[in-house]
Amino acid sequence: MEALIPYIIILAKVIGLTFVLTLPIIAYSVYAERRFAAIIQDRVGPNRTGIPLTIFGCKKDISFFGLLQPLADGLKFILKEDFVPSHVNKFFFWLAPALTMVPALVTLSVVPFGSELFGEKLVIADVSVGPLLVFAIASLSVYGITFAGWASNNKYSFFGGVRSCAQMISYEIALGLSVIPVLMHFGDLNLSNIVADQAANGWLILPLWGEGLTTERMLLWIPMIISFFIFTISIFAETNRMPFDLPECETELVGGYHTEYSSMKFALFFLGEYAAMIVGSALIVTLFLGGWSVGFGADAWVVSTFGDWAGLIHLGVFLVKLVAFILFFILIRWTVPRFRYDQLMKLGWVVFFEVALINILITAVIMAAPPMLERGETGAVAALIIGVVVFSALMFYIAKSLDRMLSSDKSTTVAGADTNS
Amino acid sequence: MAKVTKLQRPKLSKTDELYLVGIFKGTLVTLKHAFKSVMGKSRGADSLNSSGLGITMQYPEEKWDDHLPEYYRGAPALVTDEQDRERCVSCQLCEFICPPKAIKIVPGEIPEGDEWEKVEKRPQEFEIDMIRCIFCGLCEEVCPEQAIYLRKDYAITGTSREEMVHKKDRLYEIGGKRVGLVNKWNDLK
Ligand code: SF4
Ligand code: SF4
Repeated sequence: MEALIPYIIILAKVIGLTFVLTLPIIAYSVYAERRFAAIIQDRVGPNRTGIPLTIFGCKKDISFFGLLQPLADGLKFILKEDFVPSHVNKFFFWLAPALTMVPALVTLSVVPFGSELFGEKLVIADVSVGPLLVFAIASLSVYGITFAGWASNNKYSFFGGVRSCAQMISYEIALGLSVIPVLMHFGDLNLSNIVADQAANGWLILPLWGEGLTTERMLLWIPMIISFFIFTISIFAETNRMPFDLPECETELVGGYHTEYSSMKFALFFLGEYAAMIVGSALIVTLFLGGWSVGFGADAWVVSTFGDWAGLIHLGVFLVKLVAFILFFILIRWTVPRFRYDQLMKLGWVVFFEVALINILITAVIMAAPPMLERGETGAVAALIIGVVVFSALMFYIAKSLDRMLSSDKSTTVAGADTNS
Repeated sequence: MAKVTKLQRPKLSKTDELYLVGIFKGTLVTLKHAFKSVMGKSRGADSLNSSGLGITMQYPEEKWDDHLPEYYRGAPALVTDEQDRERCVSCQLCEFICPPKAIKIVPGEIPEGDEWEKVEKRPQEFEIDMIRCIFCGLCEEVCPEQAIYLRKDYAITGTSREEMVHKKDRLYEIGGKRVGLVNKWNDLK
């Protein structure tokens, strides 16, 4: 029995954090999306689905502001006909939905949901390669979309799959590069430790307490903000959210890669997308916004006051931040129009890639300079700074010439069209 | 030769090119809408009788009826004049003009000795199939006797096809009585 206890704890964590906590959040973020979108557009949104008492002869239904809508949606998906077109590649067609949903849920395993509850960390797998694991597994979800596009044997789905593939690969680079300065600063790849460090020394983009008030941290703030921007926008692109939802843009590609899907298989794509969005938000919150920490130096007080129960407070704080970020995702979706495909690629390769690279060097110099200056190696520091400036100039030049090359391609075709007419 | 004016695309300023400023402004706009709609202060909420969220009126509980304009074209119906005489003389013009052929009339003679003997004809049967009707208003326009009008009833439902065919008595029930000067082109319509 003794030997079983660790396994029971792990099982409890898996069930508690994924199935009890995250799956409802996924379901309700669909509801939130619909309600919030409606509110932005001066509408009401789904506000009626509740307990249909009128069926049983009562006078009024109970509607709970439509909070039962996700249940009704789920029921609908289960009851719908699961239609497999005859022209598809059956094996990959069946595999694809699972391949989008599963990676998103697996990446949840390293996200620290809270501090400790009765000495147990509120994270399923407290591994020391957190962000790397997330990137490795999250990039698998592109297979789901690509398989779906290819197996559907339909040109629109195929385009959706190809676009998604290109987009994910492009932005994964920016994503990976933008997180390097962060990891350099923490010197640690364990997400729990990263959050604990932020709780003590100030969130990464809000260093206002603990060691966060030193000059070095103040200087580091600039590259961290840049990282935050690139990371957030890349997450938008990775999760195929507006303004980067080219793989499934209805106006061009019918439904994109899931055109041929119906019932529960479609639901898996749909939920996988929201799951990816939630994992993305969780990652941003964990890396940049202090994860579960209350902030402003209040965490020590929370731990001392609530003792073993502090974990629950932290869990609550994490969820609040998570929900706020999800709402931000939704707000952006209903604000920004979709990018054109070449603009999307340009943003990824010509802007973010270069900026992320330069950002790494800036961070490195800021981190390396103080000890070097202490040792009196002023010349070396100056050389480093000059090196960064030269590198930035070079990068800038490359970006500019790439940009010019791309736009001159376009202008020649336009000029050709002019002479013809 | 035609004068050609070349229009220049507006040059983007540096802040416009950064795009982030634009996104920020955009979010402010959407957020403003969100707040206003939660407070029930969206533009047009008052005049549309909003239920408190956005500008939406909650349909079955609240209805549009007070907001229907004068010229609203609802269900077509027959009317009687102030002496309860059927205005329709079953000339069948409406039956012929009706684009989807929704109207079916069986003309009948007014027997001698009747109070309105002089009018000579009135419909024996008058049916409008509300499944076919497209609410175009042509019947109203063509009627020489101003006997058929499009009223403001719009929620016409039934559980069978037969129920959706308005018979003569139902048409007079919807239409009711028209008193005073009833002229097609005046405001009193
Ligand atoms: S409104 Fe138009 S469609 Fe309807 S009965 Fe009159 S003429 Fe026919
Ligand atoms: S309603 Fe008017 S147009 Fe139609 S048959 Fe009667 S009199 Fe003629």
